[in-house]
Amino acid sequence: MHISEGILTAPVLAGGAVLTTIGTAVGLKKLDYDRIMTVSLFSAAFFVASLIHVPVGPGSVHLLLGGLLGLLLGWGAFPAIVVALSLQTIFFGYGGMIVLGVNGFTIAGPAVLCGLLLQPWLVGSRRQQKIAGFMAGFCSMFLSALLMTGALFLSDQGFLRAATLLLVSHLPVMLIEGLITMFVVTFLARVQPEILSINN
Amino acid sequence: MLDEPFATGSTLFHKRDPRVKIIGAVAISLVLALSSSFLVAGTGCIVTGAMLALSNPAPRLVLKRIISVNIFTLFMWLTLPLTYGGEEILIFSFLNLSMDGIRVAALITLKTNGILFCFLALLATSTTADLGRGLEKLGMPEKLSFLLLFSYRQLFVIHQEYHRLQRAAKLRGFTPANSLHTYRTYSYLFGMTLVKSWNRAERIHQAMILRGFNGRLIPLNQPQPVKADYLFLVMMLLISLFLAGLSFFPL
Repeated sequence: MHISEGILTAPVLAGGAVLTTIGTAVGLKKLDYDRIMTVSLFSAAFFVASLIHVPVGPGSVHLLLGGLLGLLLGWGAFPAIVVALSLQTIFFGYGGMIVLGVNGFTIAGPAVLCGLLLQPWLVGSRRQQKIAGFMAGFCSMFLSALLMTGALFLSDQGFLRAATLLLVSHLPVMLIEGLITMFVVTFLARVQPEILSINN
Repeated sequence: MLDEPFATGSTLFHKRDPRVKIIGAVAISLVLALSSSFLVAGTGCIVTGAMLALSNPAPRLVLKRIISVNIFTLFMWLTLPLTYGGEEILIFSFLNLSMDGIRVAALITLKTNGILFCFLALLATSTTADLGRGLEKLGMPEKLSFLLLFSYRQLFVIHQEYHRLQRAAKLRGFTPANSLHTYRTYSYLFGMTLVKSWNRAERIHQAMILRGFNGRLIPLNQPQPVKADYLFLVMMLLISLFLAGLSFFPL
């Protein structure tokens, strides 16, 4: 899900950096010191999610769960995801420092958007919660993959077919993300429902 | 698996102030990331490779990093020569090898690895805590550096919590497979990790309020950059200028 360093061109890198800076700034502005600890810990949990490998077909994929974070934290998910991505760069070398802007926006942008749109359903009926969970996981992953494809295409038209291949290969991952986010939401609704209304 | 093996050492790179290293790393990586010339990417790879060698890392760990970072590069090598289009050197019935595709994949490989070497030599030689404080002194918002430092601090704890839950599932005979049951189990494991994180956050927050926390973290040691740090900064900037200058040579 990360684009490595050295692939994108200057305008795309700059655009990503600007968008991520704006998103992070808005997220930080909306974040007060009473909630900052929760956001830090959820950011760490988001990092841990990327270490969880679930089987898909003959192989396995790691979870992302940006949609879940967006659903729970709203705008606060933006800085949380950017911080977790920086930590992933430091610990594993995924992504990179220069490309952090693009990676940050491709993952955090859709997560926050889906989260904000679907948040009202989190406090609804069990059925609404399930739908909100699935849609947040599925749609944010879909939009992220789309943005990633777009970033590659805008950098070099020749990447189009490779990027499309990347998008198609992410389809099963979107389904898994949707399912897992849905199950986590129903689990939280039963075990600790306060978490579902942190942002309200 | 969660540790910072490059951060321990006593070489020139380990001793420098994190701020100087951050500026140097950004300057050099930026030139490499934006270049489209083989001369810049190739020279950059050699220079940053030499810097990495000077920082004396364990070869096995470097190799592991190189492999994990180059998975994306491998994808590019597998797809671009077949899909990039442009000048074609080999034409089979349905597979056409594009020279331009190979060229782009090779350039990407050099750039990706050059930036990786630069990162490992300059940034990985500091601990995340030092980098976070360095970034704050360079103007990163206080709240963001707080988030970074606290996520980093709690990462290990949350990771252990998750492992404990996973071990418990294994002991109860859970074997992952392609089934809804597997996905539900993983979701519950992660859900429980979130519940534990949330409760831990509450406790930490209360404990910090009790100790007079007002949003500021005060580091115990605040090193000031010395002459050697400035000298190092000038050297890093000269390297980045040199690489940028190379892009004016046609090759």
